[in-house]
Amino acid sequence: MAFDKQEAKSVLFSPIFNNNPIALQVLGICSALAVTSKLETALVMSLALTSVIALSNLLISLIRNQIPSSIRIIVQMTIIASLVILVDQLLKAYAYEVSKQLSVFVGLIITNCIVMGRAEAYAMKNGPFMSFLDGLGNGLGYSVLLIVVGIIRELLGTGELLGYTILPSTANGGWYETNGMLVLPASSFFIIGFLIWALRVWKKDQVEDKE
Amino acid sequence: MSKKESPIKTIIVAVILSLVCSIVVSFAAIQLKPAQELNKELDRKRNILIAAGLLEQGGTKAEIEELFKQVETKVVDLSTGEIVEPPKDFNQRQFAKNPETNKVLEGKADIAGIKKRSQLANVYLVRDGQKLDTIILPVHGYGLWSTMYGFLALEPDTTTVVGFKYYEQGETSGLGGEIENPSWLAQWPGKEVLNEQGEPVIKLVKGSAQNEHQVDGLSGATLTSNGVENTMTYWLGEDGFGPFLERVRAGEI
Repeated sequence: MAFDKQEAKSVLFSPIFNNNPIALQVLGICSALAVTSKLETALVMSLALTSVIALSNLLISLIRNQIPSSIRIIVQMTIIASLVILVDQLLKAYAYEVSKQLSVFVGLIITNCIVMGRAEAYAMKNGPFMSFLDGLGNGLGYSVLLIVVGIIRELLGTGELLGYTILPSTANGGWYETNGMLVLPASSFFIIGFLIWALRVWKKDQVEDKE
Repeated sequence: MSKKESPIKTIIVAVILSLVCSIVVSFAAIQLKPAQELNKELDRKRNILIAAGLLEQGGTKAEIEELFKQVETKVVDLSTGEIVEPPKDFNQRQFAKNPETNKVLEGKADIAGIKKRSQLANVYLVRDGQKLDTIILPVHGYGLWSTMYGFLALEPDTTTVVGFKYYEQGETSGLGGEIENPSWLAQWPGKEVLNEQGEPVIKLVKGSAQNEHQVDGLSGATLTSNGVENTMTYWLGEDGFGPFLERVRAGEI
């Protein structure tokens, strides 16, 4: 397959805003709700998901011609699950504090629809390099949203960012009354909703047709 | 049907894939095990030191190891309160699961909501010369969603709190999760957890604490606060470390 620079660029960058897996496809919401109460966990989760999706796309694409279609879903699952376990073990060994906070959510990357979706929709049909870029792009699209939500929730919910005080909260003798609602998982529904709204105001073509 | 779809090929692919994946996963698990164990151990030591007021947050590996040299790790038989010879590979959490080494708690006896506990428990002692300086007790109990694990450090009078630290919990972050917040934990030192008869009396109250037997509860997290109170009541009581604390007061330790 000839390498097409233009296409590579679009595969890598379009999932960030034009075809964001969370905002447009509304996939992977579960973890976006759960791990965004702090920016740090959102960052680590983004990193974990991006590496899993990029590598799983690469590996699945490499063996795509060998995968019998009757068991293709389970083959994809096995590869994804192995990668997730690998990431989980690495986090436990080298980023213990964060892995404690992320608890089950790293393991749940296995069931993240974005990873499965990209494996099935893209890696099964395209070459390894492009699949890797596609995984990376979708991972970044997920990360951008997670990080934005993480910043909003941690800043307004606790007045801190990455543990550093930005808005001194009244509990610690400052002036900022923290918004406890934002640290609850439900608040990310609202934030993600508003972000999708904002994105669709900016990029009108994402608005769905009226039925 | 293309050749790719033959049943034999399907089975071969499945077997090879499973083999490769399981080798990769088990290799990683074994290779990373030592680093993970080290992290857990270091985390436990760090939290004991923080509870005892010997360390602020954080601390490098070398600092923690150095500071931890002054901490004696002992094993106590909870029913008698005697310090006993630690069994080989003593692990309190595993002992709590094993029917031969645990005690099942039912109904009213299970104040902390933990269902069973190990018959033996770790305690950590810090001495100043020969004199006992601090006793650190591992405590745990059920909050709203999760079992909360912490260390409670007491003065040798077994009543006055030196420090308290939760190190593992899965409560709602921002509400119940605030039990890990250093500024909440900072109100514990100086509190008195036992009355003159040696019974646990510490309470988490709504609003502001009025006396040394009360601690501010967490707003928006009543059930977690109850869990903390129950944890204290259980572990400081007759069925918890009560007999051990009595021996400490009698000067036997």
